[in-house]
Amino acid sequence: MIRISSLVSAIVLLVACEAVPPPIQAHAEPIGVDPNPYPSTYQPYPSQSVLLRGATVLDGVGGRLESGDVLLVDGKVQAIGASLEGPADATIVDATGRWVTPGIIDNHSHLGVFPSPSVSAHGDGNEISAPVTAEVWAEHGVWPQDPGFSRALAGGITSLQILPGSANLFGGRGVVLKNVPSRTVQGMKFPGAPYTLKMACGENPKRVYGYGGGAYPGGAPYSRMGNIAGYRTAWAKAVEYKRKWETYEVDGGDPPDRDLELDTLMGVLEGDILVHMHCYRADEMAQIMDMSREFGYQVTSFHHAVESYKIADLLADYGACSAMWADWWGFKMESYDGIRENIALVHNAGACAIVHSDDDIGIQRLNQEAAKALADGNKAGLSISRAEAWQWLSANPAKSLGVFDQTGSIEAGKQADIVVWSGDPFSTYTQADLVFVDGALLYDRFDPEKQPVMDFELGQPGAGDSK
Amino acid sequence: MIRSTLAALLTSLSVSTSALAQDFVVQNAKVWTGTDAGTLDNTDLLVRDGEIAAIGDNLDVPNGLDVIDASGRWLTPGIIAPFTRIGIVEVGAEDSTDDRSADLTMASASLIAADGFNPAATSVNVTRIEGVTRIIVAPTISSHVIGGQGFVANTSGAADSVTERNAFVFVDVGEAGAAVAGGSRPALWSKLRSAIEDARTYPARYATHDAGDALKRPDARAFGPAVRGQQLILFRVSRASDIMQVLALKQEMPQLRFALVGAEEAWLVADALVAADVPVIIDPFANLPGRFESLAATQENAKRLIAAGVPTAFAFLDRYTELQARIALQVAGNAVGNGVAHDDALRALTTVPAAIFGLETLGSIAVGKSADLVIWDGDPLEVMSAPDMIWIDGESQSMTSRQTELRDRYITPSEDDLPVAYRR
Repeated sequence: MIRISSLVSAIVLLVACEAVPPPIQAHAEPIGVDPNPYPSTYQPYPSQSVLLRGATVLDGVGGRLESGDVLLVDGKVQAIGASLEGPADATIVDATGRWVTPGIIDNHSHLGVFPSPSVSAHGDGNEISAPVTAEVWAEHGVWPQDPGFSRALAGGITSLQILPGSANLFGGRGVVLKNVPSRTVQGMKFPGAPYTLKMACGENPKRVYGYGGGAYPGGAPYSRMGNIAGYRTAWAKAVEYKRKWETYEVDGGDPPDRDLELDTLMGVLEGDILVHMHCYRADEMAQIMDMSREFGYQVTSFHHAVESYKIADLLADYGACSAMWADWWGFKMESYDGIRENIALVHNAGACAIVHSDDDIGIQRLNQEAAKALADGNKAGLSISRAEAWQWLSANPAKSLGVFDQTGSIEAGKQADIVVWSGDPFSTYTQADLVFVDGALLYDRFDPEKQPVMDFELGQPGAGDSK
Repeated sequence: MIRSTLAALLTSLSVSTSALAQDFVVQNAKVWTGTDAGTLDNTDLLVRDGEIAAIGDNLDVPNGLDVIDASGRWLTPGIIAPFTRIGIVEVGAEDSTDDRSADLTMASASLIAADGFNPAATSVNVTRIEGVTRIIVAPTISSHVIGGQGFVANTSGAADSVTERNAFVFVDVGEAGAAVAGGSRPALWSKLRSAIEDARTYPARYATHDAGDALKRPDARAFGPAVRGQQLILFRVSRASDIMQVLALKQEMPQLRFALVGAEEAWLVADALVAADVPVIIDPFANLPGRFESLAATQENAKRLIAAGVPTAFAFLDRYTELQARIALQVAGNAVGNGVAHDDALRALTTVPAAIFGLETLGSIAVGKSADLVIWDGDPLEVMSAPDMIWIDGESQSMTSRQTELRDRYITPSEDDLPVAYRR
C-alpha cells in the first residue's frame, strides 16, 4: 500500500516535471559532459564546539605539542596551541594523558564493494568483463551498509578511498568517502574530492584475462608486455578522443560520440582525475612512469608498492606517492621481496609514503601498521619521529586524494576530522576513544549510543555488541 | 633396511644439533615465566645442555660460560604460533610451491602435512626472527572434511626441525567442510560420522570390503589414533551451533580429544566449552560478520572465553597463515587493549598452545624446561618491540632472513660503482 502510493507520487512528480519544460534557448549551448552526475549530498552532521585539552597533539604535518589544546568550532579546526579558550558553550574534553591526531585516511579500501559478509552476491569490486573498464565507477558498487565501515570508524578512519579491484588494466573510477554511516553512497561522498582512476600492473590482469581459462572475455593480456600494450592502446584512443572534443569545442559541428570509458581517460589527461595504480615491482613502476610521460599524465600514487624501497629515489624525483602495507609479503611472486622497512625507507628518501590497508581488518588499526614501519625503520638506522610518521596516515593520503586543502592535518580552518586516542597511538594497547568527522562526534568508545550499527547487523547474534 | 638407515641418520643429526647448544647465563632480565612464579624482575637464568638449569637472583656464573646482560629487557619463552601453514607453501599464488592441499586426491587423514614441510622456506626465518620458536602447522582441507595430519616444528630451519609429525588431525566442520562434503552440513556430519566408524572398525571391515563408507584404507588407518583418543582432533569451526555439534560428538565419545580453531562465535557457548573441556584457538582481530557462520564475531570473544575459563590460544587467522604467523603477537597485544590481562595474552601464545598440543617441555620458563628463549627490547606485545636474541633448545639463532638481506642491500637505493646486485 505504502509502496504503491509512493510509486504513484513518484510518477506524479515525473509528470509534473515534464509538464513544465525548461525554456528553450535561442542558441543551444555546445553539448558537454557533466563531470559530476552523481553529486555528493553529504552535509556535516550537527556539532558542538569542542575544546580538547591537555593532550599530546600530532598535527599530522610533522608537528607535536605536549599538553596541547585543539579547538573545534562549526565543524572546523579553529585553533591548535597551548591554553586555548573556547566559546562559553564549548564542551571541554579533558585529554590529559591522551593523544589527539588528525583522523586516519585510508587511500586503498574495498569496503562496500567487497563488503561483509563476503558472499557471492556481494562481489561488486571487479568488473571483469574486459581488461579495460575505465567506464565503471566504484561508487555504483558501494553498499553503504557494509559493517566494515563501522569497524573502520572505531579505528579512527575519517575518510577513505574506495577503489575497484585489480583484475583489470583499468579497473574504473575510485571514490573518496567521508566515513559516515549513510543510507546512500551520495551521502558519504567527500564533497569536492576529485575522481580517481584505478589501474593495475603485473600479475592480476594477465592472470584474470590471459590465463582466466577462457572464463572471461578479452583474451589479452597474457603477459606484462600485453599489459603495457593494453594501457597504451587505451591511452592512444583517449588522446584522439580528447582531440575530437577540443576540435568540437572550437569549431562546433557534430559532437564526438560519447564514450564513457574515454571520458574517464580524458579526465586523467586533463588533470582532473587522479591515477592510483596497483603496482608491486620496482621495475614495473619505472615502466609506468615512462608511460605516463609518453601520454602526458601523472601517476598520483602507486599502491601496494612492496618494492618502492628499491627505487625510492626515482619515486621521489617523479613525485608519486607509494601506498604500502607495513609487512605484507610473499603471497604472490610480485610481493615476494616485501620488507618491513619499506614505508620508512620511502619516507627517508624524500618520497611520499602512505600506509594503506586494502583490508577490512587492517583498516581498523592503521596506526599500528605505521608503528611497525616506524619501529623497523628506526631499528635499521633511520631517525623518524612519531610526528613525522603520522604524515603517512593523514596528510600524505589526503594529498594523494586531492583533499589536503580540506583535511588531513590539524591546522586552523581544516575540517575537524579528529581522533582522541586513549594513549600513544603507536602502542598496541591504545584505542580510539573519540572520533570526530567534520566536528561531529560519530564514535565514542564509552557510549554505545555513539557507536553505529549497520542495518545488516540488526537482529543478528551479537548485534550492538562492542565490536 | 632403508628405515634403519634413515633412523640412524636422524639420530646422528639430532645429536649433532644438540651438540651445538651452548651453555650460557642471562643476567638481569625481566623474566615472564608463564608459571605461578609470575614475572620476575632483575633475574638471572642458567642454560645447560639446551635446558633451563637454574633461575634466580645473582646466579653464580660457572667458568667460561657466555654471559648475556639483559638489563631492562624482557625474557620470555619462545612464542608458539598455534595455527599456521608456515613452510608448506612458499608463494601461495604459485601452485608448484603449495603443499597445503591436494584437491585432486580423495585422500584425507593419510595426508601428512609434514611430508611437505620445507625447513628452508623463507617464511621460517621471517617468522623466527619475530620471536616465534615453534609452529603448529595444519594442512588445508582438500576434497574431504578431514584435511589430514598437522605437525609441530621448531623454526630453526634445521633439517630435523619437525618434532611431532602426527600432532593432530585437522577437520573442517564449517561452511568450507560442508562444501567439500557435498554441499551441506548434514552431508558433512554424515561423512564425518562414517569416517569415525570406518576408522574404529579398521582393519576388520577392510578385510571384507575394498573401501569404507567414507575413508579409503590408508585414511582409515591414519585416522585410527584420533578416534581412539590417542591423538588430538583440531576442528575448524565458527558458528555457535556448529560448535555445539562438535560438543555433542564429544559427549557421545568422551574419550576423544578435541580443540577448536576459528571459533568466532565461541563466546556464545563458552560454558559448554568449559564443561566439555575443549580448548580454542581464536583470532582476537575477528570482529566482522565475514561469513554467515561468523555473524556474532566480536573482539570481546577473547575476554569472554578467558573469563569463562576456556583455555584460549591466539593466532592470526584472517589471511596468509603461511606467511604471517608472526602477527600473533600483535593480535595478542590488541586483545589486551580490549580487556584481556597481559598475562593471559602471553599465555595464549605459550602455555596454552603447549598444553593443547602436548608440548610439555615448552611454553614456560622453569627449571628442566627446554631453553626456547627470547630476549626482547621491550614489552613483547607492543608492535614497536622486537627480539634481540633467540634460542631454540639452547641454540642461539640467526637474526637474519631474506627480508633483512634485502633491506641491507637497499638501505640506500642508488646505483654505485657496481650495480646493487654486488652488495651482499
